[in-house]
Amino acid sequence: MTALWHNDRLKLVVLEGVVRLHEYQAKALLAAHGIAIPPGVVVTQEGEVDAAVRKLAVAHCVVKAQIHAGARGKAGGVRVVAADEVASHVRALLGTRLVTPQTAADGLPVDSVLLEAPVAAVSELYLACALDRAAGARVLLAGNQGGMGIEEGAKPESHVIDTIRGFLPYQGRALAKAIGLSGRAVAAFGDIAAALVRLAETLDAVLVEINPLMRLDDGRFVAGDAKIEIDDNALFRQPALETLRDARQGDARDEEARARGLQYIALDGDIGCLVNGAGLAMATMDLIAQAGGRPANFLDVGGGTTARKVAEALSLLARDQRVKVVLVNIFGGIVRCDLIAEGLLLAAADFGRPLPIVVRLVGTREAEGRQALADGGLLGDVTQSLEQAATLAVRRAQSS
Amino acid sequence: MSVLIHKGTRVLCQGFTGKQGTFHCEQALEYGTDIVGGVTPGKGGTRHLDRPVFDTVAEAMAAVRPDASVIYVPAPMAADAILEAAAAGIGLVVCITEGIPVADMLRVKALLPATTRLIGPNCPGIITPDECKIGIMPGAIHRRGVVGIVSRSGTLTYEAVAQTTAEGLGQTTCIGIGGDPVHGLGFIDSLQLFEADPATEAILLVGEIGGVEEELAADYIRAHGKKPVVAYIAGTTAPPGRRMGHAGAVIAGGLGTAAGKKTALAQAGVVVVDSPARMGRAVAERMAR
Repeated sequence: MTALWHNDRLKLVVLEGVVRLHEYQAKALLAAHGIAIPPGVVVTQEGEVDAAVRKLAVAHCVVKAQIHAGARGKAGGVRVVAADEVASHVRALLGTRLVTPQTAADGLPVDSVLLEAPVAAVSELYLACALDRAAGARVLLAGNQGGMGIEEGAKPESHVIDTIRGFLPYQGRALAKAIGLSGRAVAAFGDIAAALVRLAETLDAVLVEINPLMRLDDGRFVAGDAKIEIDDNALFRQPALETLRDARQGDARDEEARARGLQYIALDGDIGCLVNGAGLAMATMDLIAQAGGRPANFLDVGGGTTARKVAEALSLLARDQRVKVVLVNIFGGIVRCDLIAEGLLLAAADFGRPLPIVVRLVGTREAEGRQALADGGLLGDVTQSLEQAATLAVRRAQSS
Repeated sequence: MSVLIHKGTRVLCQGFTGKQGTFHCEQALEYGTDIVGGVTPGKGGTRHLDRPVFDTVAEAMAAVRPDASVIYVPAPMAADAILEAAAAGIGLVVCITEGIPVADMLRVKALLPATTRLIGPNCPGIITPDECKIGIMPGAIHRRGVVGIVSRSGTLTYEAVAQTTAEGLGQTTCIGIGGDPVHGLGFIDSLQLFEADPATEAILLVGEIGGVEEELAADYIRAHGKKPVVAYIAGTTAPPGRRMGHAGAVIAGGLGTAAGKKTALAQAGVVVVDSPARMGRAVAERMAR
């Protein structure tokens, strides 16, 4: 799901459907599982900086903006500064939006900053526990070149984990040897690898990544940075982790949709899409693009949706000022088209602005559904043809 | 003929007395599916929809000898329900449940015996038109016919079904393999079944972005495929790194793109359609060739 090879380069990818944690939250979880982290303090306002720096008692401090994206260093989000300069750097970061090569153009809000004691590393390694969907198992990835170079560096060693047996420290030591470690580092690395897998299993994490894993000259290791992603579907048994979700790190439209139980992803076009079923929703986007238009979103109201959910989804799209036309594509299977029509009429009644709708409504009780739309006076195009629906929506968007 | 299920298939339902189980079993019974009983722990000995209810799958197995089980059990208990069915010796388990934790599916994958085939989870199920419907698909759009359909999606499968019905081709069996990253029966298993089924004259494969199953299916078709295959891949316009509704539908690190899948399939001799509105027509044209 998250670890994939492409041209022998490792890419770990940002996913929806997971709860992402901030670095400081991830590090606290690592520490609780026995993996060493640098001494650090999180601040959310400038006034907290003095006490934090005193507590760390260091001449220099690593100042790290906490956002849900990588490549922060390249964007000034990670800096080593003298103790007396920390406050001004924190002030410059808090309340801003940090733009990195991995964020959207408007960046992500910096609401907290992690202050850490610097670590004197003799080398930087890479260690992650991810999901290998082809193998149907977790996989441990280890490399002797960590840090920012991992995506361009040598291919890490991988070890597919036996789900039932789990991962054992001796397998970690073998992995340590495979990436060229020697001496005391071998046993220390094996312990960390085993702890990492245990953490992933205990917390229902689909990704736990330590990059860089810093090696000290005495053979010990410290987690320089950490990334953890938790499986959304497992949150019912991880209530403590749900509270770590930071809604401000996502698109506001995505968050509102999530709160309403809709699968929604904001895109940058002007044709709002309302579809039941994820595959059909993607197919509808494809059709719009083929007809020369641009979808404003992916929205799946669910294969077995309700009139109420359709109404909420339509209202959500209408509030997005970028949306010039809405294309509704419902294949009524278990859902009855006449009930869907009621939902559409309900929402269309108070758009508060002129907004053309193209409705494609087929399946169970489709004739009744179309009749209900006509009776209800829905001002829009109604068709049975998938292709025609897309073409009409594109034409309406271009002419509005 | 058909694959996996037919008129004589005896079906058990796990999560029988719940809202989903009740509704979809009513629909299935109306369609003519031979539902022989259900399992709801704690309600053993009672009757529901005029069928016996058991506390455990093992008890149901001893009493009503089901060939297949359909699971509507809520996500937190669904993986256990799959393994319970397998342990009782049921050969085909169809799990409709959506939202099962991926760690639970890893355990299922590791523990599922070779004697049990799993379809799903997070899938519409499987149907052999006019004979047996196991799952949540609308029965009325199907017609008995010659096309084998296998798909990762729900409503997009219905689209493929409706189109092949409209073309007068009909379907032998339609298999929804589900949208989760870790699942049971795959494209290759389904292709093998359709290749071996004398009634299936053509295969329609409906894929989507994410993972490499379509690419592996292309390898299989190139090496072993004898029947005509038509494919549509959803998600050409999906942005990388975003999960499109299905947990499995995400383009990661340049892998799993629609373009890559389409190219792989086309190179294996598959007719790849760009428009989801042309799936049925493309099958008809390919078969006429």
